[in-house]
Amino acid sequence: MFAEFLQYLFSGVTIGATYALVALGFTLVYNASHVINFAQGEFLMIGGMSTVSLLAMGVPLPLAIAMAVALAAVLGVALHKLAIAPARKADVITLIIITIGASIFLRGLAQIIWGKEFHAMPSFSATESVNVLGAVMYTQSLWVLAVAGVLVLLLALFFTRTLMGKAILATSMNPGAARLMGIRTQFVLMLAFMLAAVLGAMAGIMVAPVTLTAYDIGIMLGLKGFVAAAIGGMGSGVGAVVGGLLLGIAEAMTAGYISSDYKDAVAFLLILVILFFMPRGLFGARVAERV
Amino acid sequence: MNQNVQQTETSRDDTARLTPLLEVRGLGKAFGGVHAVDDLSFRILPGEVYAVIGPNGAGKTTLFNLITGLYQPDQGEISLKGEAVQGLPPERLARLGMSRTFQNLQICMNMTALENVMLGRHLHLKRNFLAALLRWPSLRASERTCRAQAEELIRFVGCGDYVDADAAAMPYGALKRLEIARALATQPSILLLDEPAAGLNSTETAALEQLIRKVAAGGITVVLVEHDMKLVMSISDRVLVLDYGRKLAEGTPREIRDNPDVIAAYLGG
Amino acid sequence: MALRLPERVPGLPVLALVLLLLPLFLGNEFHLDIATQIALIAATVVGLNLLVGYGGQVSLGHAAFFGMGAYASAILTGTYGWTSIPALLCGALLVAVLAWTLGRPILRLKGHYLSMATLGMGIIIAIVINNEGWLTGGPDGLAVEPLTVLGAELSIFDHYSLLGLEVSGAMLWYGLAALLLLLAVWIAQNLVDSPIGRALRAVHGSEVAARVVGVDTSHYKLLIFVISAVYASVMGSFYAHYTGFITPQVASFEHSIELITMVVLGGMASTYGVILGAVLLMLLPQLLTDFQDYEMMMFGLILMLTMIFMPKGLLPTLSEAVRRLRPRPATTPASGQE
Repeated sequence: MFAEFLQYLFSGVTIGATYALVALGFTLVYNASHVINFAQGEFLMIGGMSTVSLLAMGVPLPLAIAMAVALAAVLGVALHKLAIAPARKADVITLIIITIGASIFLRGLAQIIWGKEFHAMPSFSATESVNVLGAVMYTQSLWVLAVAGVLVLLLALFFTRTLMGKAILATSMNPGAARLMGIRTQFVLMLAFMLAAVLGAMAGIMVAPVTLTAYDIGIMLGLKGFVAAAIGGMGSGVGAVVGGLLLGIAEAMTAGYISSDYKDAVAFLLILVILFFMPRGLFGARVAERV
Repeated sequence: MNQNVQQTETSRDDTARLTPLLEVRGLGKAFGGVHAVDDLSFRILPGEVYAVIGPNGAGKTTLFNLITGLYQPDQGEISLKGEAVQGLPPERLARLGMSRTFQNLQICMNMTALENVMLGRHLHLKRNFLAALLRWPSLRASERTCRAQAEELIRFVGCGDYVDADAAAMPYGALKRLEIARALATQPSILLLDEPAAGLNSTETAALEQLIRKVAAGGITVVLVEHDMKLVMSISDRVLVLDYGRKLAEGTPREIRDNPDVIAAYLGG
Repeated sequence: MALRLPERVPGLPVLALVLLLLPLFLGNEFHLDIATQIALIAATVVGLNLLVGYGGQVSLGHAAFFGMGAYASAILTGTYGWTSIPALLCGALLVAVLAWTLGRPILRLKGHYLSMATLGMGIIIAIVINNEGWLTGGPDGLAVEPLTVLGAELSIFDHYSLLGLEVSGAMLWYGLAALLLLLAVWIAQNLVDSPIGRALRAVHGSEVAARVVGVDTSHYKLLIFVISAVYASVMGSFYAHYTGFITPQVASFEHSIELITMVVLGGMASTYGVILGAVLLMLLPQLLTDFQDYEMMMFGLILMLTMIFMPKGLLPTLSEAVRRLRPRPATTPASGQE
């Protein structure tokens, strides 16, 4: 009974950590530019798929990961430079369609390179799983959690301790004032897109051995990340992490105790309920509308 | 209210004796611990031009937002024509005869000047859903009348050149007057103008003064927040001075001009 | 900027004429089939544009309403033996009630939260349709009975004699779809030109301004949400009868995105613009089939580029260009300011 619960919790936290990273990517981009990047999920796909390919070519794992992440970072910058920056004065909905266009483009590209089939990635550790209090814990889950933890920590340090991090925060709060203070806001925006791409790619690589990867996994993972970010209240880093974990656990529990058919509905039901009662998410700012 | 409309000359005694059109008692609103409006009370009589002045950040716009239902007060009461209205949403207050303009324009830039003013007629129009869906003749007739009334109002505020212009293509000064036309289209008994002269040159301000006088002469009570002292002193019947959300002084323009507290606040501020 | 240039042309007769003459240029049944589908989807998008383009409220879940209409018709006529029109009306009523119930809390949200909530609502409905196979046939889809009107069956495989002329079922279906599109446009324009439409556009332009002149904005948002949902439901019903087979794809997130893309691509708040958007977005895959594997990538690329270079959408951008080419009358007040 307890072992079963623990089992669901393990898988929930694992996938939740992935959502948290995607949500952090959304949050970064949203804070810097107020753009919801619907292509965010594609970076998970790019990360996972390129690592699989590089491994197949005989590249050692750490190098394969580094190269895949670098590729995602370049694509993130390209997305900003080529698609978002030229249209930054457009309506919110127009920007949404542009990022959706980018997402379809990347998916189409991936389909040409890697085909439509699922690709498997071996676990990072030789030992596949360990037994914890009667529940099976995959060593890959530990990898996911450890890497997610380190990334969140690094991100927190980046924003509180470095000038660049503070520049991003300043830009998100008041772009005009930030520009007057000598911050190159376009560079900051680019950096946000790059960091978001890196976070997404890392999440995609880490979770690939657990879930398999394919050209179209980005849609659902991206949407779930968006949900996690909205649960936390768009723009809150802590909210994104909490939202991601909450979502992962809720999904795993639903799949285990209720019905795996409705696993994917949980995220969206959760967000509706939360928004009905807290229209700005759990951690969203409550600001009076200025007129 | 009608028996009071003709009252244009007001004095201290009238303030106490007449039924106020708008009365504010003990009004308070804080944002994150800062009291934007604090224990504020005053009464506005039917037909008067009442100005609210004070340094930047004195809580003038917050006061307007509280009166017009955009903000919810933390404490205090607001009554319009003797009816308690605090906490009512703006769309309900509009039905009770309240209308306003905004410091930073709130014009629908996706519509023409005419359509903006026709929007102001909303409450006075037939809004039958089926009639709209099927374009019934009665609806078309009512739209024609509405259009004519809106055109007349646009000319009344001096924007006759812009009747069919897209709002987005109009200059700032014309948009400020257009907003007044839209507010007037609701046929208000009380009109609140938030910094109507801000950003206008002296010619435009002079025209605005004439416009406010015409509006007031038509029996509409005018409340305005304004920084232009020349304008305030020349058209107001009474003036309320706010400082840090509190009432610093209230009285006729002459009384305010001679009030030592006001002088201190403005010169020392 | 309000776009009135194309609206000033008597658009409805022009559209009717185009729809009337179109079959002369369509070479075969396949082209006719595409045209019929485009007309049905375009009518859906005209309804969605009322919400998104005029009302300024984003919906990333509108295909759910389309799908509910389609499935209501399929199930009520197929499983329960109803005739088409009562089934269609029942589906529309169901959708109206659901949209009204869900719309109340959803439409209080703004911006990205509204996108999120409509997206969530749409996906949940799509998942339910996908999972409840006992009712909907699940992912395998569901066959739909042909449309019956006044006891007569309208099938694309039959031939009918109409006023002494031999007409194919496919041609009759095209005619019906064209009529539905014209009706959809007529109703949408009536609404936009009424006090209700003005209130709605004001919600988009400045919600605060609308409220202070007495517009109950939440009422109008809800009203237009329900209307656009009913548009989608009714067209979904016809679509189901026309294609004769539906899968949960009709209600999917991807389909919702296609619908809203048609609105944004063609030009928000421009009825004929969004029809153009529907035409182009539905023709594009046909044109790209030659690229085979590259189809998806090309589609994404074209979508991205169009929106980057024409953020206001195709028709508004085009008519702006036309307006610039024409010499302006010297006395236009809008031109002589500042």
